[in-house]
Amino acid sequence: MHEMGIATSVFEAAQKEAQRYPGSKLLKIGLRIGEWSGVDPESLRFCFEALVLGSEPSPAALDIEFRPRQNRCPTCGTVFALKDYQTDCPNCGAAVTEPVSGTELELAYVELEEP
Amino acid sequence: MTRIEVQKKVLSENERIAKSLRERVRENGIYCPNLISSPGAGKTLLLERTLAMFPPDTGVAVLTGDIQTDNDAKRLAKYGFPVRQITTGGACHLDARMVEKELEGWDLEALDYLFIENVGNLVCPSSYDLGEHDKIVILSVTEGEDKPLKYPGTFSRAGLVILNKIDLLPYVQFDITKAKENVRKVNPSAEILEVSATTGANLDDWYAWLEKKRSGCAQALSTLIVS
Repeated sequence: MHEMGIATSVFEAAQKEAQRYPGSKLLKIGLRIGEWSGVDPESLRFCFEALVLGSEPSPAALDIEFRPRQNRCPTCGTVFALKDYQTDCPNCGAAVTEPVSGTELELAYVELEEP
Repeated sequence: MTRIEVQKKVLSENERIAKSLRERVRENGIYCPNLISSPGAGKTLLLERTLAMFPPDTGVAVLTGDIQTDNDAKRLAKYGFPVRQITTGGACHLDARMVEKELEGWDLEALDYLFIENVGNLVCPSSYDLGEHDKIVILSVTEGEDKPLKYPGTFSRAGLVILNKIDLLPYVQFDITKAKENVRKVNPSAEILEVSATTGANLDDWYAWLEKKRSGCAQALSTLIVS
């Protein structure tokens, strides 16, 4: 529901990065979106495309890396994707594990064509 | 073509403002919760009850968000504490900038509590840090007990989950044990309270929770001043 606002923030943040290289053209924006970020990648893509449509000289592309929710076991070090919200370590059975990914909403990179 | 690694949060501008809000709240020893729920779960009634409980000399203020109307601010203003309505005009959540703007002119030094009532929505508010101490998620028993699993982003960030409208349990198919299990699945550390804002059942637990949090903030401030 708030993907248009997020798309705007993404585009603005990427433009800000690009402005540090005067005369460059923004070709691609790399995003990292976590499973529990509250942002739907497809809706975001739809909003982003609507937003950059018609921008000059040609619209920037969006590259989304989807990050599943993963936990890490502090006892044995196993990193595992959460299945059916099971947070117990599948390797050693430890009950307490820590989240390591899945809430990202990050601008990973921008690709620029330099003048 | 050049690739430049950025590695920044998309909402870094929101994070920046939230950080400064958090600092202001901390410097004044205020406890600031951010109340989140789906529409109709009982945020405003719970706040009404809470405001009615406070002695008149308590430093309490409320920011309440809605897409349209100032109905909630009118309801909450009856209790004599300062209340401001944030009308987002379409946006489905509050962001840190809206909160910062609405705080203008308020004497934060005089406050003990600053309640933020978010727009009724279980998705978008979870992405926006408002500088609060805790996100408090309210789930009413007239909803499904699987909501924590459907909206893990919001429930996983909650410091407290309030199960509201428990007076209606005999009339609805809501398995409260399962609801609590579902909260624990996405958020093993969240505290859970079962209340009814309508009948007042267990609200003392909620008030005690607030008092504990508020005295923690005051204590942290005095330690800060001494050091």
